[in-house]
Amino acid sequence: MTGARLAVDIGGTFTDVAVEENGRRWTGKVLTTPQAPEEGVLAGVRRVLDEAGLAPEDIALVIHGTTLATNAIIERKGARTALLTTEGFRDVLAMGNEARYDQYDLNIELPQPLVPRRWRLPVPERLDNEGRVLRPLDEEAVRRQVEFLRAEGIESLAIGFLHAFVNPAHERRAAEIVAEMWPGLPVSLSSEVSPEMREWERFSTTVANAYVQPLMARYLRKLESGLREAGLACPLFLMLSGGGLTTLETAARFPIRLVESGPAGGAIFSAHVAKERGFGRVLSFDMGGTTAKICLIDDYAPQTARHFEVARVGRFKKGSGLPLRIPVIEMVEIGAGGGSLAGVDALGRIQVGPESAGADPGPACYGRGGERPAVTDANLLLGRYDPERFAGGTLRLHPEKARAALAAHVGGRLGLSPEMAALGVVEMVDENMANAARVHAIESGKGFDDRVLIAFGGGGPVHATRVAEKIGIRRILVPSGAGVGSAIGFLRAPVAYEVVRSLYQRFASFDVAAVNALLADMAAEAEAVVAAGSFGAPTRESRLAYMRYVGQGHEIAVPLPARALTAAEVKEIRAAYDAEYARCYDRPVPGSDVEVLSFAVTVSTIPEPVEPAAEVFDAPPPRPARRLAVRDTATGEVSDWPVYDRDAFTPGAAIAGPAIVAEAETSTLVGRGWRCRMDGLGYLELTQEASR
Amino acid sequence: MTDALKAIQRQIQWNRLIAVVEEQAQTMIRTAFSTTVREAGDLSAGIFDLRGRMLAQAVTGTPGHVNSMMESVNHFLAKFPAETMRPGDHYITNDPWLGTGHLHDLTVVTPAFRNGRIVGLFANTAHVIDVGGLGMGPEGRSVFEEGLYIPIVKCFDQGRPNETFFDFLRAGSRTPVELEGDVYSLCACNDAGAKRLVEMMDEFAMDSLDELAAYIFESSLRATVEEIAKLPRGTYAAEIRSDGYEAPVTLKAAMTIREDRIEVDFAGTSGLSNRGINVPPAYCRAYSCFGIKCVVAPEIPNNWASLSPFHMRIPEGCILNAPRPYPVSVRHVVGQLLPDLMMGCLHQAVPERVNAEGSSALWNPPLRGGAQVSGPAAEVPDFEIITFNSGGTGARPTKDGLDATAFPSGVRTMPVEATENVAPVVFWRKELRPDSAGAGRTRGGCGQVMEIGAKNDAEFAVNAIFDRVAHPPKGRDGGRDGAPGWVGLDDPNGTPLRTKGFQIVPRGRHLVLKLPGGGGMGDPRQRDPALVRRDVADGLVSPEVARTVYGVEV
Repeated sequence: MTGARLAVDIGGTFTDVAVEENGRRWTGKVLTTPQAPEEGVLAGVRRVLDEAGLAPEDIALVIHGTTLATNAIIERKGARTALLTTEGFRDVLAMGNEARYDQYDLNIELPQPLVPRRWRLPVPERLDNEGRVLRPLDEEAVRRQVEFLRAEGIESLAIGFLHAFVNPAHERRAAEIVAEMWPGLPVSLSSEVSPEMREWERFSTTVANAYVQPLMARYLRKLESGLREAGLACPLFLMLSGGGLTTLETAARFPIRLVESGPAGGAIFSAHVAKERGFGRVLSFDMGGTTAKICLIDDYAPQTARHFEVARVGRFKKGSGLPLRIPVIEMVEIGAGGGSLAGVDALGRIQVGPESAGADPGPACYGRGGERPAVTDANLLLGRYDPERFAGGTLRLHPEKARAALAAHVGGRLGLSPEMAALGVVEMVDENMANAARVHAIESGKGFDDRVLIAFGGGGPVHATRVAEKIGIRRILVPSGAGVGSAIGFLRAPVAYEVVRSLYQRFASFDVAAVNALLADMAAEAEAVVAAGSFGAPTRESRLAYMRYVGQGHEIAVPLPARALTAAEVKEIRAAYDAEYARCYDRPVPGSDVEVLSFAVTVSTIPEPVEPAAEVFDAPPPRPARRLAVRDTATGEVSDWPVYDRDAFTPGAAIAGPAIVAEAETSTLVGRGWRCRMDGLGYLELTQEASR
Repeated sequence: MTDALKAIQRQIQWNRLIAVVEEQAQTMIRTAFSTTVREAGDLSAGIFDLRGRMLAQAVTGTPGHVNSMMESVNHFLAKFPAETMRPGDHYITNDPWLGTGHLHDLTVVTPAFRNGRIVGLFANTAHVIDVGGLGMGPEGRSVFEEGLYIPIVKCFDQGRPNETFFDFLRAGSRTPVELEGDVYSLCACNDAGAKRLVEMMDEFAMDSLDELAAYIFESSLRATVEEIAKLPRGTYAAEIRSDGYEAPVTLKAAMTIREDRIEVDFAGTSGLSNRGINVPPAYCRAYSCFGIKCVVAPEIPNNWASLSPFHMRIPEGCILNAPRPYPVSVRHVVGQLLPDLMMGCLHQAVPERVNAEGSSALWNPPLRGGAQVSGPAAEVPDFEIITFNSGGTGARPTKDGLDATAFPSGVRTMPVEATENVAPVVFWRKELRPDSAGAGRTRGGCGQVMEIGAKNDAEFAVNAIFDRVAHPPKGRDGGRDGAPGWVGLDDPNGTPLRTKGFQIVPRGRHLVLKLPGGGGMGDPRQRDPALVRRDVADGLVSPEVARTVYGVEV
């Protein structure tokens, strides 16, 4: 594709815009306009086009990602939604897995279903686990329920029947009846939105899709016409939570697949940076104002998953949100950002986050009325920020307010000076992020050996060296453009679509023909979606089987060839599973058969090739712009650290830690024992010279 | 290094230990075979010093294992002193009196070595699906009938599997492959913990855990005692009734709150049963401690010191102090009522912090079918499954109870679609049970109704372990009781089944379970009428009950 490409990422506070043409890039930030998000988008687009000197008709493609669907669920501002379900199972959404996400808290709140019980309506019908009809669909009952829902003023309908992922016939027939009686009512089927085993997750996903569908369809149409009126007649693509792009039409049908598109863009940004540098094993570390997001990237592909929780009520606690079973880029998100608030618990332990000072009042040092200490206050008190130059000098910081907040809420209670309290806060937040990364690696069956940490977001480069030390990583990359990483990531994403379906198989009785038929069908579905947006660009297809030992509960993904399987190949796939399992957990398990739970087929355009970055010769080091008295968190000692402006580096220039490299959007902390060199792309590469 | 920095580093190290045991638990969930572990989360994991004192325990897991696993490590050390342990050794037992209270729980202990020197111990416990014998159920008359009995032995010796042990293990189970796989999983999870511990000790140049242990114990004890000191002193008595097996069981407790500790005396509690509902003392301590701790000090992490101010006196000969070889397979049926009993005492001291009684004991139907039930006439393949299900929890002082949610147990249930894929059964109904929640200013959680058949309506069996049928969960402060449970068939007469014991569901019939609702709290007439109307609109409270009990016309 030629011509300029434009990406827009709507976040909670800012709408980011990035435009690229012939390797040149312009970026901009405007405030998000929550009441009419398309207005913020259009304002941002106009501003960046002006800056770039481009006309609307120069833009060949617009790529868009948004948190609107997520926000609608969190704020409960979606459509009046109903669910038609199998008689006897109207409370699947309410009962979930019958568990509490916190063992000791007697006062926990469980997430409320998006559909209240009065609109979760049963109809007689039942399939067995192989899709055979145990009880035929009662069509009269469907009609009666639809009449009731019409009287109730329902705006969107989900249909979820047991085992519909094996045989969708009853769901489809019920949808036909609805369409006859009430044309135009949006209907989401569980067999289309999330055709996988596990009724709670499938129904929850289907209902969430139905809940945001009218809103998202309206918004997307408004955005499209707004862009047209502004002269952008080019195609509009949407970023999916799984890391691919899709057409407006598909997005309007399955808007639930858009939920985590912003963070997905950040991970793709990281993956692209990894590819530019040829780093095959990466840990992406994006630390912002409220949360830190951590993602594993192997062979330039962010790790993906099929499970996600949205709208957690228990402050980031696993199990406290609504489950969604959709393709997502897998990330762990914890409540650790510059605004995370610190305090001391009943045991005299320093606690940081997940509560956040937000943008208003912000950390105490912003001087806007915040009285409790945040991570930014602690960083300031350690001497890591120049109070006059924070955020490019746009925001003057008040160290005395940070000191007072740390003394009142942490130091005083522990008998520590405000400076040592600041050290404790920063060490604790670094430890929390390191622990989250470790548990995430365990859950993914992966390690950190030889990984490169790619740090971005406002806080990532500040905390990267210490987090890396804690998890045993010895190389860090801080790319440029880190402030609008997600939008830049959108520009790198392929047009792609993933189809996942369940088909239970055991290797002892593997039905090659049935599996081949299913995979061919899935491939055709994915190709059709991608063809609508690829404009004939070459595509590639990848297939995965999700497998486990019979009796285990967690599957491992094993790649399959993208063509019909032969009977002889089945054995090889089994062997590949054993090898992958042993790699993750030390030893394979003797004597167990292996089962396949589901298959995934992804069709994707082939990303443009990336030129490997050229090696650059060493260049003279820049001169320090100034000096700051910084307290080292590992030793507690204060010494004079040189501060360099990032702009003063030329490719090949290197300095030794301890030092700080400052830029408008962030500061890169180069810890003691680390060396920092600018590479040929203008990225900062930090390497640990010696363990301390 | 300055003292201030040292103090901060100790905090970091404590935080790290808690993360290490969480990794240990997650590794088990990732690799376990038994649905009870990987789906239901019936497990526990922790790290211990060389004196067998628990330093940290994973937050993932279930309370029944808390104290019991903690006590267990001392039994391992008594038989295999720390100085005899070698790298790569793993020790195992399922002895109910040396482990966590029934043969279905395996406990594995693994030493951690740094530079050739033993520095700590990792332990974990998991509930496996089958250990032979009569299977999960109350029918045994001694522990010998309840399954394979594993004394404390080495399952891995310096990294090599003890093949004799694994031979016995496989031969003694209906599910040998899964059971062997689970033992591998338990060992892998301790190894994962040990590896992380050594990394931490390297990072902070620690030669031993002693200094850290002293800090953890000192802070935890101090914080726990501070919480206890806030409670009004006195002795508070309560009792609770369980349906029992052959006769109803009374559990009695007198709780004395002193300045720095809480003592519970179970005098007056019913005697032992002939069947497997007896509770070994470690399990009694575990659930009693849990019940007290969630009210008194929920935020303080579990370790040897934070649990040490809670003292239990359990008279000999009572059902909460079962001696070997009494049957104990389903000790949870009685044991899981203990938090309600503890809250009955604490309600007199701190009424604003305590819940009404809930369904509490899990309603897990162990189902069996095929030739082991019907012999040669079997119409379905052999199967043996259990799902973990719950009624409603008790109303809370300012919030309703939770509908169909496990408490005090920390387990999860499995999806119906997944269960129907591992066994030839069909769940015909599984939804909330209207009018089951105990009425009150805040209401109890709703119970649920389950209706289960075999495929093609074939004959099958249930090994019933249900409670709260004759003795429903009590309300508090004027709140009404939750609905009692019910077990029976779907025939026109609604034939009831016994609440405990092995029974046949005949061909053509379904098993029907109506799980209890939680008790209510406060006068129902003080409930916000809008909430009553919401429940009526949702079909969870009938207009009749709204009018007569809540005084709300709908």
